[in-house]
Amino acid sequence: MEDKSIDREWKKGSAELLLLSLLEVLPRHGYEISKLIEQRSQGALRFHAASLYPLLYRLEKRGWIQGRWVEKSGQRRRRYYRLTAQGRKVLASQRQGWQTFVDAISRITGVENA
Amino acid sequence: MPDWNEPIRQQLAELNLAPAREAEIVEELAQHAEDRYRELLSGGATEAEARRIALDELGGHQLLASELRAVERTDAPEPVVLGAGSKGRLLGGLGQDLRYGFRTLRKNPGFTAVAMLALGLGIGANTAIFSVVNGVLLRPLSYPDPGRLLNISETTSEFAEASVAYPNFLDWRRESRSFTDMGAYRRDDFNFTGSGEPEQVSGEYVSASLLPVLGVTPFFGRNFLPEEDRQGAACAAMLTYGFWKARFGADPNILGKSLTLNAVSCEVVGVLPFDFRLRENARVYLPIEQWNSVELHTREMHPGLRVTGRLKPDITIEAAQAEMAALCAGLARQYPATNAGRGSKLVRMKDDMVGYIRSTLLLLVGAVGFVLIIACANVANLLLARSTARRREFAIRAALGAKRARVVRQLLTESVLLSLGGAVIGLLLARSGTSLVLAAAPDILPRSQEIGIDPYVLLFTLAVSVATGILFGLAPAFNGANASPQESLKEGARGAGGGRHRTEGVFVAVEMGLAVVLLVGAGLMMQSVWRILQVNPGFNTRSVLTTQFALSPGAIASPTAIRMAYQQLVGRVTAVPGVRSAAITSLVPLGESDSEIPFWPGAGPQPAHDRMTSSMFYIVTPNYPIVMQIPLRSGRFFTDRDNTASPPVVVIDEVLAAHIFPGQNPVGRQISLIALGPVQIVGVVGHVKHWGLDSDDKAKIRDQIYFPVLQVPDKYLSDAVTGLTLVLRTGPEPLSLVSAVRAQVAGPTRDQPIYAVRTMEQIISGSLAERRFTMLLLIIFAATALLLAAVGIYGVMSYAVTRRSHELGIRAALGASRGEIVGLVLRQGMKLAAIGMAAGLVAALALTRLMAGLLYGVRPADPATLVAVALLLGGIALVACYIPARRATAVDPVVALRCE
Repeated sequence: MEDKSIDREWKKGSAELLLLSLLEVLPRHGYEISKLIEQRSQGALRFHAASLYPLLYRLEKRGWIQGRWVEKSGQRRRRYYRLTAQGRKVLASQRQGWQTFVDAISRITGVENA
Repeated sequence: MPDWNEPIRQQLAELNLAPAREAEIVEELAQHAEDRYRELLSGGATEAEARRIALDELGGHQLLASELRAVERTDAPEPVVLGAGSKGRLLGGLGQDLRYGFRTLRKNPGFTAVAMLALGLGIGANTAIFSVVNGVLLRPLSYPDPGRLLNISETTSEFAEASVAYPNFLDWRRESRSFTDMGAYRRDDFNFTGSGEPEQVSGEYVSASLLPVLGVTPFFGRNFLPEEDRQGAACAAMLTYGFWKARFGADPNILGKSLTLNAVSCEVVGVLPFDFRLRENARVYLPIEQWNSVELHTREMHPGLRVTGRLKPDITIEAAQAEMAALCAGLARQYPATNAGRGSKLVRMKDDMVGYIRSTLLLLVGAVGFVLIIACANVANLLLARSTARRREFAIRAALGAKRARVVRQLLTESVLLSLGGAVIGLLLARSGTSLVLAAAPDILPRSQEIGIDPYVLLFTLAVSVATGILFGLAPAFNGANASPQESLKEGARGAGGGRHRTEGVFVAVEMGLAVVLLVGAGLMMQSVWRILQVNPGFNTRSVLTTQFALSPGAIASPTAIRMAYQQLVGRVTAVPGVRSAAITSLVPLGESDSEIPFWPGAGPQPAHDRMTSSMFYIVTPNYPIVMQIPLRSGRFFTDRDNTASPPVVVIDEVLAAHIFPGQNPVGRQISLIALGPVQIVGVVGHVKHWGLDSDDKAKIRDQIYFPVLQVPDKYLSDAVTGLTLVLRTGPEPLSLVSAVRAQVAGPTRDQPIYAVRTMEQIISGSLAERRFTMLLLIIFAATALLLAAVGIYGVMSYAVTRRSHELGIRAALGASRGEIVGLVLRQGMKLAAIGMAAGLVAALALTRLMAGLLYGVRPADPATLVAVALLLGGIALVACYIPARRATAVDPVVALRCE
């Protein structure tokens, strides 16, 4: 079910930014993150468990996000990830870099509002 | 709902993650897969499709593993959690284990109490028996270098061990080069007068060399001087510590004072150390040459003399034995009339003292060990049931990173703690148990004063309890450690698989098997004792009182006076109301003493010693067969007219009659007795089982000769003064007449004491003491084993019924009758019992052979006993299974099914 329209490399480079962005406001669990990516990209971007979770673990290991088991009544417990202070700084700088990158690309390719 | 855990775990397997980390990842991914699966289902996919897609997204083609490998490769430090051991520190966290173990045990006081009590019983019984074995068999004798002390006895064609003739002892002592020295001693009783009530005290005649041989120095005062150990020397005496304290108030100025023993004044020269016990009950020690008896100076007799020698350091027991054999051969050449055929036997002193009881004690050690194993199996089953209940706990700890070995160690710590608790209870039980053992066997245990709880016993108890804790803890520990976190953490997990129940079944079978062995052992002993009690002793044992007595110093002044004193004594005692008849005898059957006399048929000259046969020799007053109710076969018994004025006569028993005069009437014939000469046989009486109800048939000397006390020649009469026994047949209960008899024996001068008062039934009971003791302990052990085994099978079946309540509920719902359900449970339980019992019977056949020597009239493989035991144990197992089976029928199908 790999999406053919978006190159894998693109995803990889931008995946960290996507994850950090989605965790900026609210702690979310893995499945929620994968659903949000799918919805907000209108199906253009999809992360399967096999790549999503290793990425989450990598970010956690770097100290950018932190996972925590949360039990809600009537449900099985889930692991929620939230952004750490360090993650927030990284997000800001990555956003800045991405913006610069996108601006540069659009200036060259003439594509607006990527 | 598909199982996600297993496929995920398979993908992670090659990564070798820390268990805790793995469990966490598995849980998170499984959650994800589950969410995805439900989403796909609601989108219209079939279950199979949904499952395939969800799994595929989890990482087909090793994607997950390869992605994770990059992330997880750098080992995160292991989290510090309870139950995780640090590498390289074997004992790391032991304190933690102990604290946790204590808490766990305290949290379940009921379980802890039951387990500790069962273990306490087992450990206590083992400690009690071990303290006996330790005191009797293991502890060295309390003499310096006790391994070099040998007891030397004579051997003859009739006796494998006979006491030593004094002149032989003197020759051995002078000529032997293997021993640093030898000492001799002979037990005797003394009439102690002159300080208040007359009293009979036990004592020993000892050679002056004895104490140096043993390595004993007096507590104070001195040992006998060689010149005091001479015939005709003034009497010197040593007192035991106990006698000195009890009778002389520990008088510090006792040395030089005199006490009167057998009307002779003896000067006290020393007091023996408080722990000196050559033989039980001895109070006074006299030089052996003070024994004023013709028996002492003849080589013909074996007058009860024991000899102990101390081996030189570089001589082996075999070399000493060879030298002694050569010495005996020399003496036989020198004194052929008396010493032909005589040899010597050397036995280590300790073996001599305790050898006869060794096999009995070892048998009990084995039996009591079985009890402990049964207790272990019970507690192991309790722990096993509990470890199943605790699977969630172990699973959580495994999930938190506890290694398997670590969980095993924690569980073993708990079980060792349990058994140490059991050991404390056991030690308390052992203290009273040991006194119980001693009370059950007051006289049969040698060295009984050395039995007690000493450091070796404590060490034994500690070792046994630690070993026990590990033994019964192993199976439950591995059961607990095998808990798989995911399985066990599932809600409503129904516990373990078949392995644990197999283990339980094995424990129950082992318990049943060991119980069979103990029951068979106890049953065989009970049968033996019962059969022995059925043996006809040859006389009527009921309502007979026996008592030893001493004649007043005034009464033994002359032979005539002695004979008169006997007659008057019998007359006075016969007049006591309740006494039917009375007699005096030198020997009481079934007691501990014996006396033999060599004889030959006819009135010819005395043949060589080894050509004569020996007979039991009873010196009695005429009423003896009437008192004992020994049947007269032919001729007559003695009358008062058989005295010094008439020709000497004897009465023989039917065994001697058949032996010497087969097919003839012996009455009127002559035989010759050594030292007494030719005598005429005037009667034949029935045989009396002198040597013991069980052992008389196998005794070497069974011939019996009765001799009238009034015909004892003057020169032997003074020897007969001590050691005679008064026997009385009574109407009322024999012991109720003791005080009246005591008053009559005391006589006008009030200085003739009676002592060692026993009924004939007490004597018989005493002759069976060792067997009774073994029987009693085996019964106690078997009963304990039976109880523990019944509780064990009951517990396992109860638990099985609880576990199967769901299944039984379904069966009931599907129409199984109560009978069918009861049958189902009973079959399961009885199968275990039957397997155990079958194995037990086989083991019993092999093991009871070891106790063949203790049995009488019953073979070790006695079918009746085996069947009875199988029925008893089978019946009890049936009851123990039936109670839970009944409960199984009470399972309400609706309730059982609702548990789902």
